[in-house]
Formats: sequence, structure tokens, C-alpha cells
Amino acid sequence: MTRLNINGRERTLDVDPSTPVLWALRDALGLTGTKFGCGAALCGACTVHVDGQATRSCVTPVAAVEGRRITTIEQVTDGSDPVGRAVREAWVKHDVAQCGYCQSGQIMSATAFLKSRPRGKPPTAAEIDAAMAGNICRCGTYARIRAAVADAARSLA
Amino acid sequence: MLIEHLPELPRALQHLAERDAAHADTSAALPRRGFLKLAGLGGLALGLGPLGVADALAQGAASAAGLKPTQQPASFVQIAPDGGVTVTLNRLEFGQGIGTGLAMVLAEELDADWSRVQVRHGNSDPAYADPLYGMHLTGGSTAMKHSYPQYRELGARARAMLVATAAARWKLDAARLRTESGQVIAPDGRRAGYGELAEAAMAQPVPAAVTLKDPKDFRLIGRATGRLDARAKSSGQQDFGIDVKRPGQLTAVVAHPPVFGARLASLDDSAARAVRGVRAVLRVPVAAGGEGVAVVADGYWAARQGRDALKAAWATEAVEKVDSTRQRAQYRALLDQPGPRAFDADLAPLATAPHRIEAEFHFPYLAHAPMEPLNCTVQLGEAQAEIWTGTQFPGGDARAAAQVLGLKPEQVRMNVQMAGGGFGRRGVPSSDFVVQACAIARAARAAGLSAPIRTVWSREDDIKGGQYRPMHVHRARIGFDAQGRVLAWDHALVGQSIVSGTFFEGMVKNGIDPTAMEGMREPYPFPMRLTVHHPKVNVPVLWWRSVGSTHTAFVMETLVDEIARTTKQDPVAYRLALFGDQHPRHRDALKLAVERSGYGRRALPAGRAWGVAVHESFSTVVAWVVEASVQDGRAVLHKATAGVHCNLAVNPRSIEAQIQGAGVMGLSMCLPGAAITLKDGVVEQSNFGDFVVPRLTDTPEFAVHIVPSAEPPTGIGEPGLPPLAPAFANAVAQLVGRPVRELPFALA
Repeated sequence: MTRLNINGRERTLDVDPSTPVLWALRDALGLTGTKFGCGAALCGACTVHVDGQATRSCVTPVAAVEGRRITTIEQVTDGSDPVGRAVREAWVKHDVAQCGYCQSGQIMSATAFLKSRPRGKPPTAAEIDAAMAGNICRCGTYARIRAAVADAARSLA
Repeated sequence: MLIEHLPELPRALQHLAERDAAHADTSAALPRRGFLKLAGLGGLALGLGPLGVADALAQGAASAAGLKPTQQPASFVQIAPDGGVTVTLNRLEFGQGIGTGLAMVLAEELDADWSRVQVRHGNSDPAYADPLYGMHLTGGSTAMKHSYPQYRELGARARAMLVATAAARWKLDAARLRTESGQVIAPDGRRAGYGELAEAAMAQPVPAAVTLKDPKDFRLIGRATGRLDARAKSSGQQDFGIDVKRPGQLTAVVAHPPVFGARLASLDDSAARAVRGVRAVLRVPVAAGGEGVAVVADGYWAARQGRDALKAAWATEAVEKVDSTRQRAQYRALLDQPGPRAFDADLAPLATAPHRIEAEFHFPYLAHAPMEPLNCTVQLGEAQAEIWTGTQFPGGDARAAAQVLGLKPEQVRMNVQMAGGGFGRRGVPSSDFVVQACAIARAARAAGLSAPIRTVWSREDDIKGGQYRPMHVHRARIGFDAQGRVLAWDHALVGQSIVSGTFFEGMVKNGIDPTAMEGMREPYPFPMRLTVHHPKVNVPVLWWRSVGSTHTAFVMETLVDEIARTTKQDPVAYRLALFGDQHPRHRDALKLAVERSGYGRRALPAGRAWGVAVHESFSTVVAWVVEASVQDGRAVLHKATAGVHCNLAVNPRSIEAQIQGAGVMGLSMCLPGAAITLKDGVVEQSNFGDFVVPRLTDTPEFAVHIVPSAEPPTGIGEPGLPPLAPAFANAVAQLVGRPVRELPFALA
């Protein structure tokens, strides 16, 4: 049995300890907002927060995160988190999504990035680029991602 | 009227439509469902309305007559008692924004309250066939082009039925009523909401003819409008095919042969079966005549562990083992061979022309790599099957599924799911991923497993699994004079046919697949001989966003630029002179991009160069003007300005998004590592680590400008792609002092 803290709830899962957090979330818990893209930490579609750090859930076994706080897209964008809410609203305002499949991971990376920064110091364009470079979008929504991250940062300043 | 403007494709599709119609008669047994009542999710099994498919057939109507889908608003719009409007899509929404676009078109004529409009996907019912192709498909940037008139008429008919209902209730002449934002309004100010009229309106006859709005009265069409799915897609709430969860559902992962078409030589599955959660290990047929092993388990991870534990060997001696290096030499040798000619010209002036260019171009195989890995869920019963998948060809896939499952087509129900990208990969003539999932479901049922099974491809399966944009080699020999006038152009291209051997085979004419050479001739009036070779190669190929124009635009637009530079002419002025008055849309798109980019008027920072290209594909013209540099041997794209001519811009916001996205995918062809290669029959790449796609850090600053037009809209999903790479290459060519003739760029 593996005990996980997911979105503030203690969950006990009967899964193999090697199971990546991604598949524990999706198949065992029905939290499908976190997406499978590459299975190799190359695209960022599966990004969750582990103790606030953006983490690729597709290569993180559940055994490695017992006792740590796992936060998913469902919680980050449910309105309770001011940074997550600002990012979500910027994403809607800029109409970032096309197919939308990678956007959970994009939003999780953007949120972790903005949370990591000191308040009142908006990120530079280069900092935004560097923070988001690990997330692939095959539809090519990058120009709008840039704009939305900058906008969310401004709204939080 | 529109039929005569269509190219070769529809004839092949028409044949299919007739086969579809032959199966449609059984739908008469299904219950009718009123069009204005909101059915439960999935309730629109076969949305038979006042003039449904069965009625149309009973009346002897042609199976795929152009107007049919406009005469059944019941299948396309439902209005709930609370006034909520649900528009049903006859296309796959996979990012291109067609859900929002077609809903806008229908809502415009319906005078719906836009804040109450939502959309959903149709199924494989014939009602959702393309009104011109007669087949349910999403591709060729046809959705808006073909369904703009259709969705207007549907909205107008539904509106007329609501107005007639209000008129009867108020005992007023319908002509005296007007509509606005989901309400019918009488001259004395009385109002009735669509929701309260809906039930009675469904009993109204569908009017045979309706008057459409004067475009000057449009309130929605032409307005930059946010996507209807933006919020769901910005909060993890949007479900895709891969998120389908049926009760008791199992997951299958397949071990594919290492070489296309290879069959199993031996299999030891004892370790795989011992993995906790594994329910079955099944030998199944896979694409290209090969054989694979499906591991069915409680979830993806158990299935993956099971697959990793398989000890399988394939007999590869019997199949062709492609080697890309050798294949390149073979293709080059074919350039000198006679072959079928797409068009011809007198080549005698080549020998005496004052200037000559001889150029050879190389393009690799490319994977589509949509972010949502391929998947398909099949629930197989005794005498019926239900399928959930994001597909561009639901009709063809349902038919293929029926065949594999041993069912009649009407016993298969295809539920089209939102797809996480596709770019052509979900529109497969062989229905590869659907057929595979059905083969697994059938084998599982035979093994005693009746649960629904979701087959999921890993990213490695996707990158290695075939269905690539074909590899191509081109060679041009061009003779021109000092003014840049082309005197003769001898051109040969080599590449596998996409349609040959598929149900689109009928498109092949004179041995030439038109998708391989589209974009070679227009708009330039060059005297060209074009010879086309289609070698047979053991690598499955498929259309990839913008199809033939992915390579033909690159060839033509870099060569046109080279002729201009060789004859000391400005590449923009040279093109404009060639367009003359014959190609006003090319001219206007290019001029707009030039003007807004500052080309020729603004000095660039040191080390940067301008690049220009313009190309028409799928009836839309896009021009790109870019700024690029070369840093440490790597080409960098800094800024890209588009001029777009897609006639009427239904939703300028989604057009901007599509052009930006297509620009990034065009850029993807240029980046080092953007190639699929084979060695000893095995695809050498496996994931995003070695099949490179652009990241945010590769992306330029974009500006998209649309030429104003009131003509009926043309497509936008693909046309932004083809001219990006040649515009970039034209800039790079000036910086490195030699032409760029290979994708991805090889500057070292």
C-alpha cells in the first residue's frame, strides 16, 4: 500500500511502488487533467507540483513521493490558489489553447515558476522563455503562452 | 454548383459516400428525436429530424446530395428549455478552432445568445458527412470552406421554425417578428425565449428555403471570438479520447514489430503474464501486414510492465529493411529515369539560356507526433460495438472496424472524441489505430474478456509506428534570362504516393499522386516539365499538415528567390511582377505582409536578413516575411509576419492562432533533428529527445495580418505552414552565402 497526499487529501493506493505518479493519478484516482505525452520527462504534459516544485509525474514513481504534497491541475485551477487562478484567467484571456492537450502541463509549469519568484518583480521575457522551455506544444501556441505568463505575472504584481 | 470547383479528391470520396448510404436504410428503425430538445450526452444517436436521413432516402433523394445536411437542423442544433443551445459538429475539433467557428456561423443565422452556445461532436452518422465530399472527414482545410453555407442554412432554418412557432402563438404574421439574442420579438415588444418555444417548434416543418442574412448585419461572424473550450482547456477539465473511462475498462499496450510488416517468430509471454494486473497477452495483426503482441491489463502501467517483460522475436528476413542513406541514393538515381509527366514544356531553351540553376532538394520522413498519443477505446458486445476515439475519418474508421469485428456497419457506433492534435495522423485511410484496437477487442473477447479495452500508444510507438510525411527528393534544372524570365524548367520529384493502395487510389491519374505535386505550378507561369516517380517502399506514409505543399512550396519559393537574387532583383518585386493581375490574392497577401513587417523600409540589426515566401494551399494564400540570423552555425528565426488571404475571416482570433501554430510547425521542419530516418529497417528515433520539435525558445515573435474580403471563407488549418520554411531558408541563404536545399537545415 502506498500513501499519497494528493490535493490535500490522504489517499491509499494499492499499486506497484514503481507506478509513476502520472498513472496513479489517471488510472487509479481518475484525475485525468494530468496528461500522458512522452513517458520520458521530455515534453512536460504530465507536470504536477511536488511540495510546490514542478515535477514530471511520468517518471516519478509513487514510492518516491510518499509523505510529500502532490498538487495537480485540478486543484491549481479550482480558484482556491491565487497564482493558479491568475494563470488560468490569463490562459483564457489570451485564448492560449488550441487542442489543449499540453496546457495542463504548461499551466503547472507557469504556476510553479510564478510562485517561485519574489513578489513585485515581473519576470523578463528571457526568464519566461527559460521557465517554459521544458513544455512542448505541438499546436505551436508558444506566442500566446509567452503573453499569458507575462500577463499573469503582471496581474499578481 | 460548388461541386465543379472541387479537385480530384471528391470523386474517390463520392464512391465511399455511396457505400455509406447503402448502409443507412436501417436507421429507419431508430427512434426519432426532436431537434430542439436537449438530449442527454450521447443521446443523439442518429439525430433524425423532421427530414432525416431515412426520410430523404425514402423520398429517393440522392445519398450525398449537397443540400441534404442543411435540411436537417435536428441533427445539428438542440435548444434546451432553459434556452441553452447545443451545436453538433460534423468535424473533429483537434485544436483548429472549428468548434467555435461553426458554432458562430450557425448562431449568427439563428440569432442565438452566444453566451448560451456550446458544441459537441457528431458521430459516424451520415448526417455529419461533409456536404460536398459526402463523407465524414476532417482534412484538407475544408471544414469552414465547405460547411459555412451549410451551418448558415441550418441556423436560418431553425430560426424560421422558432419564429413560426411564436407567430402561431401570438397570431401574428411571421414576417413581422424579429429575433435577437435567443428571443423572438413582436412589434409590440412581446418577447419569447427560444427555450420556451423549442418544444413546439420541433413540430414545425423544416422550411425548404430560407433567406440568409446580409453580411452587413452580422453580429458574430467576423468578430474576434474566444474559443468555447478555452476555460475547460485551461483547467484540466477538457476530456480527450485518452480520458474515456468505461466501467470495467482495461488498457492495452502493443509490442510492435521492429521492422514494418514483420511477423512473430517466437513469443514467450510467461513473465508478462506474471505481472500483477496483466489480464491477457494476445497476438494481433498490426499495420503493414505485421504482427504484434497486445498486453491487456488493469491500467497503462501494468500493461507497459507486461510489455517490457515479453520475450518476443520477429522474423524480419521476409520484409524489406529500409536504410535511409541507401534510399537517398536510390531516389537520386530515379531523378535521371524517364517517368510519368504531370505537365510538359519545351526544354530546348535550357541549353542556350544565359543563366542556369541546377538544384537538388532533400526532405526526410516526418512524424506528426500529436501531443495526445494515439488511442482508441472499444466496447465489443455480442452483435454491436461502440468505439470512442479522436478521428478525422469516423465514417471510414467505423466501416473498417465493422470489418475487423465481423459486424455490420450499422452495428458499430463511433463516438468522436476531442483530440489532442492530429495534423493528419488521425485521418488514416487504413484506419490503422482503430483497426488495431478492434483486433485487440476481438481477440480479448475470444479469450473471455468482455470488458471495454482502451488501446494506448506510447510516444515511442507513435514515433516509430509509421504513417510519416514521405521522404522526397527533387531536382530542378532552370534556364532563365538576365531579367529573370524563365525560359525552361526541367523538374523531377521522387517520393512515395500517399494515396496509392488506399481507398483514395482513384485520385492517382497517369501514375501520379496529385498530393505529391500540389503547389508545383501555380501561381508562376513557368514553362515546366514535371516528372514524378513514386517508388514503393516499406514505410507507411500519410498526409502531414499541408501535405504536398510541405515540400513543393519549399522548392518553388527558394528557387524563385534564387532566380531573383541571381538577376539582382528584389524578391518581393520579382514575385509581384510574376503574379501580375492574374493572382490578386497572392499579391494582396504578400503586399500586406511586406507592408506590416517593414520589409525594405526598416534596417535590420547587424547579422540579420529578411526572407520572403508566399504560397497557396487549400484555397488560402499565406505570405511570410521573416527576420533571421545564424548564430554559432544554427539558424535562428526572430520575427515572422504573415499576410493571410482566406476570404471572409469568420473568426480572426482563431485564424491568428492557426497561422501562428502552422508557422511553428513550418519551423519544425527546419530544426536540426527534425527527421525520421531508418537503419536496417528500424526507425532510429523514438521520442522527443531524438525527434526534435520546436520549443518555446525556438519560437519567433509573430504578427498575423488578414486581407479584408467578403468572399466565402476558405480554410485556415494548413495554409500557414508551407511558406514559413522557405521564407526562413531564403533569409539564411543570404546569411551563409549559399542556397539552402535540405530540410532540416544542414548548415555545418
